[in-house]
Amino acid sequence: MLKVLFGRILTTIPALIGVVVVSFLLTRVLPGDTAAYFAGPAATPQAIEEVKKKLGLDRPLPEQFRRYVVDLSHGDLGQSLTTGQPVVADLKARLPASAELTLFGLILSLLIAVPLGILAAVKQGSFIDHACRAIATAGVSLPVFFTGLLLVYLFYFIWQISPAPLGRLDVFASAPPTVTGFYLIDSLLARDWEAFRSSLAQLALPGITLAIFSLAPIARITRASMLAVLSMDFVRTARASGLPARKVVMTYAFRNAMLPVITTLGMVFSFLLGANVLVEKVFAWPGVGSYAVEALIASDFAPVQGFVLAMAILYIALNLMIDLSYRLIDPRLESTT
Amino acid sequence: MSALLDVSGLTVEFATRRGIVKAVRQVDITVAKGETLGIVGESGSGKSVTSYAVMRILDRAGRIAEGAISFSGLELQDAPESQMVDLRGREMSMIFQNPRAALNPIRRVGEQIEDVLRQHAQAGSADAREKAIDALRQVRISRPEERYRAYPFELSGGMCQRVVIALALACRPKLLIADEPTTGLDVTTQKAVMDLIVELTRERGMSTILITHDLGLAATYCDRVVVMEKGEVVESAPAAEIFSAPKHPYTRKLVRATPRPGIALRDLLPDDRPAPPPQSAPVADAGAPLLTVSGLVKEYPRENGNIISRLLRPAQAQEAPFRAVDGISFEVRRGESVGLVGESGCGKSTTSMMLMRLLDPTEGMITFDGENIGAIPAKEFARNPMRSRIQMVFQDPTDSLNPRYTAARAIADPLLRFANHGLNLRSRVEELAQLVGLPLELLDRFPHQLSGGQKARVGIARAMALEPDLVVLDEPTAALDVSVQAVVLNLLADLKAKLGMSYLFVSHDLHVVRLVCDRVIVMRGGRIVEQGSAEQVLEAPKADYTRELIAAAPHPPVQGG
Repeated sequence: MLKVLFGRILTTIPALIGVVVVSFLLTRVLPGDTAAYFAGPAATPQAIEEVKKKLGLDRPLPEQFRRYVVDLSHGDLGQSLTTGQPVVADLKARLPASAELTLFGLILSLLIAVPLGILAAVKQGSFIDHACRAIATAGVSLPVFFTGLLLVYLFYFIWQISPAPLGRLDVFASAPPTVTGFYLIDSLLARDWEAFRSSLAQLALPGITLAIFSLAPIARITRASMLAVLSMDFVRTARASGLPARKVVMTYAFRNAMLPVITTLGMVFSFLLGANVLVEKVFAWPGVGSYAVEALIASDFAPVQGFVLAMAILYIALNLMIDLSYRLIDPRLESTT
Repeated sequence: MSALLDVSGLTVEFATRRGIVKAVRQVDITVAKGETLGIVGESGSGKSVTSYAVMRILDRAGRIAEGAISFSGLELQDAPESQMVDLRGREMSMIFQNPRAALNPIRRVGEQIEDVLRQHAQAGSADAREKAIDALRQVRISRPEERYRAYPFELSGGMCQRVVIALALACRPKLLIADEPTTGLDVTTQKAVMDLIVELTRERGMSTILITHDLGLAATYCDRVVVMEKGEVVESAPAAEIFSAPKHPYTRKLVRATPRPGIALRDLLPDDRPAPPPQSAPVADAGAPLLTVSGLVKEYPRENGNIISRLLRPAQAQEAPFRAVDGISFEVRRGESVGLVGESGCGKSTTSMMLMRLLDPTEGMITFDGENIGAIPAKEFARNPMRSRIQMVFQDPTDSLNPRYTAARAIADPLLRFANHGLNLRSRVEELAQLVGLPLELLDRFPHQLSGGQKARVGIARAMALEPDLVVLDEPTAALDVSVQAVVLNLLADLKAKLGMSYLFVSHDLHVVRLVCDRVIVMRGGRIVEQGSAEQVLEAPKADYTRELIAAAPHPPVQGG
């Protein structure tokens, strides 16, 4: 297993190199001139030239790239011109917020979509099957910013059940001491129930928004995959040897049906990372999505590069985990490497 | 003897898109205690559906419309599901076709046996493991403690079937239903598995229902045989009588179509269609070698993991490559048909792929009509004029046809690539269809609108389209019912006589090979064990392995036709 892990990590290296190159080039071809933006609207051409020189933007591209890579190897992603902070510090502060939100949404979605998909497959053509289809279609056809606003309107404005959609904690609570950066976990570790309740309340609406969006693919794949497995020979053997329906469905069918679901999970996670940008805007969530968008609008290269790189690493890490979990589920894969 | 299972007036309906289909109509079957009953029929005869109805494991769309199923005094046709769950696996159990698929691929086989034992309270958590290992031992699995931890993919097909039998017999049921338990297994494995089933069930005084398409197998192992056709029972008789004195015309047809020793190819066909033996057209320089294979070797590198682990490992640590074909030599003469026989993994398919020039040999020569075609890379052979002279008929008539091509388009495929442009394509296709006995009105149908036999004819017509000199037939009838097989085999013999081709007939069925081949090559482990004239190899085999193969093939009780 360790050898496999090591091998897999090695194979991610080319992908990472690609990401570094692409993120660098991408920010260079984007329209907008950083120097002009920071020199201000009234700046003279000389002033812009000066800023350019200061930022190193007057050098040829290979030279700029070399510098970028050298800095990167020291863990330096550059300076954000809008916040004035090192990009690494900004990401460190904001990434956990985004990760917490995305994971919360994903887990919530899994808890609803997987049982729904299983039920829909077991009782094919029944009410629950049609309900599953309706919910999934509705969820995926509503854009996240719309769902988000609708939820805020209903739960905050009309019914006043949830707190104001402003950030990760309500104004009176204080953040728990940082261990993982996830407020839910940190507050539990610190036994700070007030902070836990508050962060959960803040997380609920954006989390549900993301969950509604991601229900569809997970429920659909679970249903399709379960249907395929339920018609397989070994399920018939299990039934013919008198195993009860529950055991047949869960132990025999579902474990086999999990592989495609997990594959979809990786894709859904990347959709959610994209959807995050909008949700963070709607809920004033201090995550990396909104940070990156602001930087992009300001033609601020360094944070955009940092964001793309961080997301790529996250995605590669996730895929690595998915790959490894395949092996845990399916013994056939283990013997091939 | 009292009846253990009594099925009377059973009718099973399936709700399909085209309305209700009665898959089984008014079936009466009785199984006495300790009796072995064979249910024989071709595909679509309703034999499996009957057994699923008894177990009450029909698909969602199927239901028992009429009739009664009485099992040791219990009425099963409308027993509650909870009672059925209790009975299945404990009182009545089932083993299936395709044993590897019948086991959960990601659960250890021991655990799967434990699941059944625990479900029926035959074992608690303390002794479940012990009892599961014991169940494996009962089916003669060597080193059962080790096998307990194995996954199905780590076991051979025969071993998997033993595990399925262990699973079915773990709770000592009174009735065992075996649904095509040996289809897809090699003959020697088939014999071992059938002997085991019969021995274990006799020992325990169990009743057995053997469902099979193979009349010979049923007659060999069963006390009584029930023949089903299109959802109805047409005949029920003691096994010895079914071969010697079949009463129903359908049974007679089945008996005749079953390949067996001592008959000629024409004997497979029903009486009412007498045909003269194939008249050989004079073949130019008949007997001259057409294809000569010498020292043919195919090696496959062993799995070495991904690029990185291969780079990390020193070169000398890599294992020797696997030799799928290990230095074989033989020849096929003009107008001759040569049988290539062996069990799975013996290298017969690899050999035929190399002769077809779809695979490059590692070593050796393939000389076809004086030219070493083995030297032409497989990738380029498709463009070589020699391509049209060697054609193939594939094993699965369904999978080897493009589902989006009509029959006519499929037959025309090689013509479009190779024939000269002046040709009238449609008339040539119609000519070929007539040659293989495919009704012309079927030419515009798609594969899913054709029967198995019709699809086989399309495949054969396609192979004949370019008038090849050599046709490689890769188990061309393995997926067909016996009555269809009889017709197709005769068709192939007629075509060969008419067109003067040579055949290389790859098969695992010795009875079939005896009927169609002039010479036989027996392979095992990539090597040729024996070769000679069909008569000599099959009647007086020299190699032990050939003798073993012949002994393992089921011997229907009555010889001749």
